[in-house]
Amino acid sequence: MRKRFIFSLFACLLVASLIITGGCKKEEVKTIKIGVIGPMQYVQGEHHWFGATMARDEINAAGGITVAGVKYQIELIKTDSNEILSPTDAAAAMERLITVDKAQFVVGGFRTEGVIPMMDVAMDNKTIFLGAGSATKELCMKAVGDGYARYKYWFRVTPFASDKLVANCLETLGLAGTIMKTGLGIQGKIKVAILAEQATWADAMVAAYQAYVPAKLGMEVVGTWRPSATATDVTAELTAIQNSGAHIILTIISGPLGIPFARQLGELQIPVASVGINVESQKDGFWEATNGFGQYETTLNTYAKGIAMTDKTVAFFDAFVKANGETPTYCAGTYDCLYILKEAIERAGTVESDAVVVELEKTDYKSTAGRVVFMGKDTATPHDVTYGPGYVTGIAIQWQNGEMKCVWPYMWGPNKDITYPGTVQWQIPDRVIKFYKK
Amino acid sequence: MLEGILINGLVRGGIYALLAIGFSLIFGVARMINLAFTSFYMLGAYGLYFFATRMGLNPVLAALISLILTAIIGLATYKIFIDRVREHHVTVMLITMALALIFQESMLLAFKGTYRAAPSFLTGYATIIGVRVLYQHLLIFGVVLVVLLGVWYLLSKTRLGIAIRAVAQDSEIANLMGINVSRILTITMAIASTLAAIAGVIVAPTLVLEPYMWTHPLVMIMAIVVLGGLGSVKGSLIGAFIIGFTETAVVFLLPTGSFLKGAIALIVMVIILLFRPEGLFGVVFEEERL
Repeated sequence: MRKRFIFSLFACLLVASLIITGGCKKEEVKTIKIGVIGPMQYVQGEHHWFGATMARDEINAAGGITVAGVKYQIELIKTDSNEILSPTDAAAAMERLITVDKAQFVVGGFRTEGVIPMMDVAMDNKTIFLGAGSATKELCMKAVGDGYARYKYWFRVTPFASDKLVANCLETLGLAGTIMKTGLGIQGKIKVAILAEQATWADAMVAAYQAYVPAKLGMEVVGTWRPSATATDVTAELTAIQNSGAHIILTIISGPLGIPFARQLGELQIPVASVGINVESQKDGFWEATNGFGQYETTLNTYAKGIAMTDKTVAFFDAFVKANGETPTYCAGTYDCLYILKEAIERAGTVESDAVVVELEKTDYKSTAGRVVFMGKDTATPHDVTYGPGYVTGIAIQWQNGEMKCVWPYMWGPNKDITYPGTVQWQIPDRVIKFYKK
Repeated sequence: MLEGILINGLVRGGIYALLAIGFSLIFGVARMINLAFTSFYMLGAYGLYFFATRMGLNPVLAALISLILTAIIGLATYKIFIDRVREHHVTVMLITMALALIFQESMLLAFKGTYRAAPSFLTGYATIIGVRVLYQHLLIFGVVLVVLLGVWYLLSKTRLGIAIRAVAQDSEIANLMGINVSRILTITMAIASTLAAIAGVIVAPTLVLEPYMWTHPLVMIMAIVVLGGLGSVKGSLIGAFIIGFTETAVVFLLPTGSFLKGAIALIVMVIILLFRPEGLFGVVFEEERL
């Protein structure tokens, strides 16, 4: 009797457990796997991830991606490419992401030397790779002519190509030169010293500056200094630049050099202004890192507080800062990558790469940085993001009293009508005013 | 231009000298090539950043804590990892290289790859013969002088210094004379780690802190101590200023090639070594050491 009771009880528990587990079994969620690849120990990789997770959360909360009437949730896969330290690691990381983790699409990449091998792996696997880090023009030139069939899976969402960076730097230099000439009553030509780190991406820019600064802006180049990309002390260079009589330093700096450069420029009160590209000064920590001596440092950038390139910019900027406590860098453009991908997949009605490529080529998307339209396959740089008035323009910021203020575009474009709301006038550094007004 | 080369060369040479002396001391006394040496410089710099910026301590107090901690870490790594294999030079090199990488990766984990900056002890600048020099650079130069005097006094005028020199000249005879060689080596390692940490702490405000900041100075100070003569403190000092002046001169004389300053300084070293293979003050006889 007792045995039967125990047996019956056991059987009841078994049936109950089957009912419970069966009842709780959820409908399987369909997902689309998107790999986010970048140097995750560095701010660039972190922002790749932050931007992508923000977009994922928003898209998933809104129901996900609809593919032929079926809802899919986005599943992100985070992968450290280690490309800053070892570009060769990047290809292996991409290989794993696609073949082991089964990522169907990939966004990210930062350093050209790492992006090129990653790109090849993605192309071998016919996996769509949306770039959000490397500016090298040649990446998009691979898909020209016969290369199209192999490299059509690569698209660059951000930043725009490095030759367009030259254009923006020259615009900013022209603006600063005009203000200095008027404000300080400088007679004769504005003298420019070029300070460029020794790196491949800077070589073409240096050559362009040496040609265009005199030819297009009527300024004089008094010298070019090329410290190592990893240099951490430029006092000797600054002393030499001061001796050259330069009014403005045109910078091309992406590495750590940007911090001691700005700090020593300010602390030594060198009577020269600085504009150009200084990647470290695009970050929130720059002010503290320079002990406030980074005041007036001017650099190209993608985002600045309160500056709306489109009606999405400010909301994205504020949400990013709230979630991560940092100002987004251009690598956070993975946010836009995911939305662009979502729209293309939904239009294609499939996740099959070739079909999605066709739809990506039709992209006309209002992103957080401007209107994204990819260059056509018959252009010199297929699938590159289109640059210029009405598309993505970028901005230039100047550090003013601890804040990044947008100073360019300022009455720019064919109709001189592009000035984003919140833009302020570029300021001549106090140290320069003091020197020229004494 | 000459005044610029002179002033900037003195500052740069001073920074190298501060590091090279400690490295040279370790080699002179223990005959060890400690590849983890400049990672103590990195730890000193990060320590200042952590205690001053993250913990909000006064920079001087932060520097002191950082110095003490780095010296303890230097001592502990010596006792735990190096002491037992110190007779095996290749093993020591491999272990110290591994330690340096461990310290590097630890900093990467703790502080990420983000470039950091430590607060200055002094801000502003002075103008010396028409050249603007940061007060922080003058402070570095002053500290270099004080440390050099201190090392000279220690080695020349104290019983400990005499014992260190005795061990440097011949450790077996020193042992027979009743000197505790192991203890002397331990003390020397602590002194050298502290010197590296002093360099890190005092130079940090002029640098960018990142987990790989130990590699470039390691290459340069190895070149300096070879140039000066392995184990010769005096030679290291002079070698540091030769390299410092050469680098600065390249920036002034060859602006578009200023990235070549390290390479050109090393070429100068090679040329000198071709004529004096033992280095400027190389040890021909063991008793000349130090």
